[in-house]
Amino acid sequence: MTRTLHVQYFAILREQRGLTDEKLTTAAATPNALYEELRARHGFTLTGDRVRAAVNDAFVAGDAALGEGDRVVFIPPVAGG
Amino acid sequence: MFKIAASPLDPAALQKELLDERAGACVTFEGWVRNHNEGQSVESLEYEAYVPLAEKEGEKILVEAREKFALVAAAGVHRVGHLRLGDAAVWVGVTAEHREAAFDACRYIIDEAKARLPIWKREHYVSGATAWINCATRGDHSAGIPPGPSKTG
Repeated sequence: MTRTLHVQYFAILREQRGLTDEKLTTAAATPNALYEELRARHGFTLTGDRVRAAVNDAFVAGDAALGEGDRVVFIPPVAGG
Repeated sequence: MFKIAASPLDPAALQKELLDERAGACVTFEGWVRNHNEGQSVESLEYEAYVPLAEKEGEKILVEAREKFALVAAAGVHRVGHLRLGDAAVWVGVTAEHREAAFDACRYIIDEAKARLPIWKREHYVSGATAWINCATRGDHSAGIPPGPSKTG
């Protein structure tokens, strides 16, 4: 089963992807699986354990279920302040 | 209220919004852009935020502070965009009847904000190099920049 998702990129991931956002169709069922897929495709330097996931503007666990049309953001290590 | 701002912070105006006759103490914190970090000379800083989640998480931190400490009010603002040395990157203000709660809550809010808000910082060095703070990985040391702690106080 595949789903179409909207992925938004920030900071180092935005630079490494070369895009701020994209729509994609994937068989990945969880944020963890999707990150590994994108990391393999785009050569992201951050490993999955250093990235958090958000879906529809809320933090979620890496093994949460992704649904059709979800807006997904991967959050590199933060550095506010 | 916790806001992400694209324009310069005005601490005096922000503090004025906290004025309340019930409050006997006001503690504010400002984080400023510093000219050095981890042995590198810093020329400027760029902040980027995932705004909807940063504001939501910031608000959650303010709610936690109100639950933990006897406050009258609490507010925070974090900048995004390109900041120069001396610019205020973050402002936190709290009011309480007494100073102890105000000091403790202000400290709690800035510490949690730094650790939790989806905000990223890229340092621009005098040498011309740049680095996303806390995002270095092995094989990423060409600029000799280790993952460092955050920039402001």
